[in-house]
Amino acid sequence: MKIDESTVRHIARLARIRISDDEAKALESELGAILSWVEQLGEVDTRDVPPMTRVVEMTLKERPDVVDDGGCPDDIVANAPAREDHFFVVPKVVE
Amino acid sequence: MSDQDLTRLTIAEARNGLKAKEFSARELVEAYLAAIEAGNAALNAYVATTPERALEMAAESDKRLAGKGRGKVRPLEGIPLGVKDLFATRGVHTQAASHILDGFKPTYESTVTAKLWADGAVMLGKLNMDEFAMGSSNENSYYGPVVNPWRATATVQKGKKSKEGKKSNEGKNGGTASAPLVPGGSSGGSAAAVAARLAAGTIGTDTGGSIRQPAAFTGTVGLKPTYGRCSRWGIVAFASSLDQAGPFARTVRDAAILLRSMAGHDAKDSTSADRPVPDYEKALEKGVKGLKVGVPREYRVDGMSDEIAALWEKGIAWLEAAGAEVRELSLPHTKYALPAYYIVAPAEASSNLARYDGVRYGLRVEADDIISMYEETRAAGFGAEVKRRVLIGTYVLSAGYYDAYYLQAQKVRTLIRRDFEKAFKQVDVLLTPTTPSPAFAIGAKVDDPLEMYLSDILTVPVNMAGVAGISVPAGLSGEGTPLGLQLIAAPFAEETLFRAAQVIEDAAGLFSPPDDWWLKAEGSAKRARQGSSRQPASSRSTSSKAKSPRARKGAKQTAGAKRTKTKKTR
Repeated sequence: MKIDESTVRHIARLARIRISDDEAKALESELGAILSWVEQLGEVDTRDVPPMTRVVEMTLKERPDVVDDGGCPDDIVANAPAREDHFFVVPKVVE
Repeated sequence: MSDQDLTRLTIAEARNGLKAKEFSARELVEAYLAAIEAGNAALNAYVATTPERALEMAAESDKRLAGKGRGKVRPLEGIPLGVKDLFATRGVHTQAASHILDGFKPTYESTVTAKLWADGAVMLGKLNMDEFAMGSSNENSYYGPVVNPWRATATVQKGKKSKEGKKSNEGKNGGTASAPLVPGGSSGGSAAAVAARLAAGTIGTDTGGSIRQPAAFTGTVGLKPTYGRCSRWGIVAFASSLDQAGPFARTVRDAAILLRSMAGHDAKDSTSADRPVPDYEKALEKGVKGLKVGVPREYRVDGMSDEIAALWEKGIAWLEAAGAEVRELSLPHTKYALPAYYIVAPAEASSNLARYDGVRYGLRVEADDIISMYEETRAAGFGAEVKRRVLIGTYVLSAGYYDAYYLQAQKVRTLIRRDFEKAFKQVDVLLTPTTPSPAFAIGAKVDDPLEMYLSDILTVPVNMAGVAGISVPAGLSGEGTPLGLQLIAAPFAEETLFRAAQVIEDAAGLFSPPDDWWLKAEGSAKRARQGSSRQPASSRSTSSKAKSPRARKGAKQTAGAKRTKTKKTR
C-alpha cells in the first residue's frame, strides 16, 4: 500500500494531530510499510467467517435502570486544565 | 533480618514471616523503600513513589497482624507492591507514562488496585511503561527508558543451590559494562522492579504481550489472565478487546497469590466474568501427570535463535519427565495474528485515545480555535509511536477502508480463536517460547517500528483469542540473560497454567540478576534522595519522578516550553 503525503495529512486531520512537514515525510514511509505488511491478511479466505464481535462467550448482565453514581461535579472538573465553577472552559466555538 | 534479606523473600515467604512475627510490615516496607531509593535512579523503574502512603498502609497491616482492633489478617497483609502507571490510583500520579496526561491525579481507584489494597497489600508507587502501553521495549515512555537489571556477560554460572533448596541461576558477577538492555515492554517498569527487588510483586497489563515479553526479558513470572478474568475498570484503555491486567512475581506461587486477589467480577466492567475465583495456590501441588501438552509447530518462527529452540525442547522434556503427554499440533493461522493485531489494536486505540483533547484533564496547548487546540495539544502530548498507531487506526477505520482492513482483521481473528478452540479439544495446555530472542540493547530497534512489532509474534495470538498465557523463566542465553517459556490455556483455565508453570520452575530453578549493581550505581542513592525529601505523599509523588539521563531531552524541552504556556490557561 502506497500512502502519499496528502493522505497522511488527511488522516492526521481526522485524528486531530498536527504534524510537521518532517513528520509527514517520515510517516509516509512508516505507515506505508506497516500497511503493506498487514495486507497479507488479504490472502486469508474469510468467506463465511463471521467477524469476531466478542472475546469470551458470555451473556451480558443486566442491572436495574437506576442512578447509582454521580453528584460529584468537583471530582469531575478536578483535573481540568481550564475550568470555571463546574464548567470546562474551551476556546469560543460559536460566533 | 537485614533490608537485603527482606527484599529477597518471595511473597509467600514474606507472608509467613509476617504472620510468625519475624519482622513487621513496617520493616518490610522500609526495606523496599530503601531499595527503591538506592536503585531506582539506575533502573528508572518507578515514575512516582508513595512512601507516606506505604507506611500508613503498613501500620494498618501491623495492627491487624498484632491482633489489635477488629480487623482480620487479609490475604496480602503487608505485601509491598508496585503498580503500572496505567492503573488509576486515587490522588496519585496516573499518566500512562504520557506527556498528555501531565499532572493527572484520578479522583477514583481502579477495581484491580482497590481489590489489592482491600486484601492488605501496600502501595510502593507507580511504574514506568511504554506510553499508553504501546511498545515492546519501554523506550516509548515520556519518562525515558527503563534499564533491565540483567546485563549481558560472556560466561554463565549455573545451578547454585539457594537456601530454599531450589536451584538458583545468576549471571556472572559484575555484569560488566556492556550496552544496557531493555526490560521489554510495555510493562517494563513492572518487570524490572520485581527482578531488581524494588517490589515484592507488581501488576501490569498485557494487550499483545506487554506482561509476558518483559517477564521473559527479566527472568520473572508474568501472567496474562483470560480476557474478562480481571476487571478493566480504571485502567487507561489502549485496545479494549485485548487489554487485560495481570501480575509479575519472582515465583509461580507468588503470581498465583496475586491473581487470586486481582480477579473477579466487577459490575463496572460488563466484560468481566461472573464466575468464582479459585484458590490458585492449591493448583500448584497438582503436577502435570496425565496432562496433555501441545507444541504448536507454527511457533517455530523464522529468526528464532537456536538457544531458544533448544530451551523449548528442554521444556518439553521437563513436562514429559513430570508425567505430561506431549504432542505436536497445528495452529494454522498463527502467522496472521500479528498483522491482524496491528489493525485491531490501533483501530481501538484511535478511538480510545480520542478523549485526550486538552479539555477535561492533562495537557492543554492553547490555540485560537478549538480544533487547533485539539491538534496542538495532541501533537505536543503524544509520542511518536502513539501518533503512529492512532494514525494507522484512523486510516483503517476511515471511509472506504473499513471492510478491507478492520472487518477482514476481525474475521481473521475468528479463525485464530477457532485454531485455539480446536487445539484445546486435543490438549490441556500449549508450550511455546515467550519471545523469539532474548532482551536486546536499548536503542537497537527504535528506528524500525516493524522490527520492534515482531518481538510480540509469539504472544499476540493469545490476546487475539482471549485465552490465558503465562511466561516462566526457564534458562539463560549465551550472554547470560534470561529466557522464558510460555504456557497457554483455554479461557479460565489459569489453574492448569499454574500447574504446568510450577513444574517448569521446579526444573529450571529461580533466576536473579547478578550482583545488585543498580543498588551500587555511582550517585544513584544520592540522586534518588534529592527527590525524596520529607513531603506529603501527594506532592512527593510528583517530585520523586525518576528521570533517566537517556530521556528524550529535545522532546522534553519543547514539552516544557509548552507546559509553561499551558499553565496560563485561566
